[in-house]
Amino acid sequence: MASITLDTQQTAGHDRRRGDAGRPSRRIGSHVFLLIMVAYFIIPLWWLVVGSTKSNSGLFVGSGGALWFNDEFSLWDNIQGLFRHQGGIYWVWLRNSFVYALAGGVGSTVLALLAGYGLAKYRFRGRSLYFSILLGSVMVPLTALTIPTFVLLSELGLINTMWAVILPSLLSPIGVYLVRVYAQDAIPDEMLDAARVDGAGELRLFFRVALPLLRPAIVTVLLLTTVFSWNNFFLPLAVLRDTDLLPVTVGLNQWQALSNAGAGGEQVWNLIVTGALVSIIPLIVAFLSLQKYWQGGLSLGSIK
Amino acid sequence: MTSSSTTVERTTGTAAPGRRGPAGRRGLAHSKIDSKRQWWGWLYVAPFTAVFVLFLVIPLAYALWMSLHNKGIATGGQSVFVGLDNYARAFSDPVFLSGLVRVAKFVLVMVPIQIGLALVCALVLDTLATRLSKASRLLIFVPYAIPAVIGALMWGFLYSPRFGPAADIFGIFGATAPNFLSSSMIFGSLVNIVTWQWVGYYMIIIYAALRTIDPSVYEAARIDGAGGLQIAARIKVPMISSSMVMILVFSLIGTLQFFTEPTVLRSVAQGAIPSDYTPNMYAFSLAFSYSQFNYASTIAFALGIFVFIGSYIFLFATRKQSGLK
Repeated sequence: MASITLDTQQTAGHDRRRGDAGRPSRRIGSHVFLLIMVAYFIIPLWWLVVGSTKSNSGLFVGSGGALWFNDEFSLWDNIQGLFRHQGGIYWVWLRNSFVYALAGGVGSTVLALLAGYGLAKYRFRGRSLYFSILLGSVMVPLTALTIPTFVLLSELGLINTMWAVILPSLLSPIGVYLVRVYAQDAIPDEMLDAARVDGAGELRLFFRVALPLLRPAIVTVLLLTTVFSWNNFFLPLAVLRDTDLLPVTVGLNQWQALSNAGAGGEQVWNLIVTGALVSIIPLIVAFLSLQKYWQGGLSLGSIK
Repeated sequence: MTSSSTTVERTTGTAAPGRRGPAGRRGLAHSKIDSKRQWWGWLYVAPFTAVFVLFLVIPLAYALWMSLHNKGIATGGQSVFVGLDNYARAFSDPVFLSGLVRVAKFVLVMVPIQIGLALVCALVLDTLATRLSKASRLLIFVPYAIPAVIGALMWGFLYSPRFGPAADIFGIFGATAPNFLSSSMIFGSLVNIVTWQWVGYYMIIIYAALRTIDPSVYEAARIDGAGGLQIAARIKVPMISSSMVMILVFSLIGTLQFFTEPTVLRSVAQGAIPSDYTPNMYAFSLAFSYSQFNYASTIAFALGIFVFIGSYIFLFATRKQSGLK
């Protein structure tokens, strides 16, 4: 259970061809299979890209059909529309999403680092019980907590504030667990003891010895928790009322519900499509540019 | 899984002081250091503990408390202890029970499809080292970076007879497209959205686990005459079973809490998805549409117990494969 499969070098470095790639016919079959898979996973996004260049009516009837561009190119109009519609509330939502994701992601990562390091490298009374409870809590479904959290937050007067979204998303038992498992092996006790003999204080040990060694775990936990906060829907839906406070996920869902229910002016299909596209760009860019880090790091979740 | 880790902790915990301070004279100084260290250990876990207590322990306890009480006009606005009445009501509530059955069906259909597809993709990728295979690995993963709400919104458009490409595609073959948003199709349509969203993530985890296997194992098997499929089934899959168990648990927990996708699709698929489609949606609408917080907490807590017991049984049953004894 202690060893972790962190395999960045191996994956990135020498890509030995392995397995049964011998027969060319089978290799062609494998590639065809992969192409079909890629088509399945990418075509919906292609639709989104194409759709964002269409006007509201162009989405229904257009020269290009659903999967190709129309003659009329309305992407810039749509982006301007995002600035105009309801006073540009879309960009407020996008900013809120950033705030929630960053605060939740960074906050829970910091807490997870401290706690995971403490659990891995300090022997204190009740530590094994603490770790058992932590492991059990990974299996507690977070949505079961949303309704009582709502009631508690409303008693604290925090409902309908940014804190109502940020504070509960600081909780990441799985993050603590991952750091604890990683730190166990990645930080040798001897190194800590040697630094102690040299007169380093405990805080200094954490910042100068532990943190650099924990870097792969930091990236992984940060990515997981940020994505979790960014995707969160149930909690903001429950605890927020003001349109100004919504994250982009809840906001776009509201537009969609209005467009389906309402008539004429309330139907803003083109803005929903363009807004959806704009909102997914940051995360896709982050994933593609950070792939070196997460590709190895995601396997942290798999413990042998 | 917990018991093994605790025993490990205990043995190292008791062995450590003896190893550290062999001389009796220095023993006292060491126990002083140890107590100081204890204090530091608690200091490091303290911030997380505060959040853990505030947003997990207290809400859980509060949900339990609320589920054992009732409050409303009938009780004069006071909370009245009603014992297990709410639970008796929940487990004879056809809406809750049918929701439970529905998410159980989703587990039975969705989890094997997702993990099977992810496994096949990862196994295929593991045998290739071409540029195309590297690109596919990334592209298949991309949907994970898209929030579930946005994914569901997008698929809502794609399913829609008005916007979607289905009519065009089926038209090529001279057929009329089925209505993916009708009540007979909605189950499959939801399975498709979740599959699309999560296969890439599971695939990356499985793939990373496959890469840690020493390739010389395959050489040995090949000398013994094993083919590619045999190597995959007999060597690769068993060797990554711990990762498989892990993602099975994640996908099991996620599916039982099914909420986001059906909620988003509800406004598009008019009539096909009721507001109490899954237990979580039922709890949400009880709380926020009908202000029945006590009963909503009961539903949420009962579901939570189901998830907890379900994943615990699963982990227990697969403890051999997962290595978490």
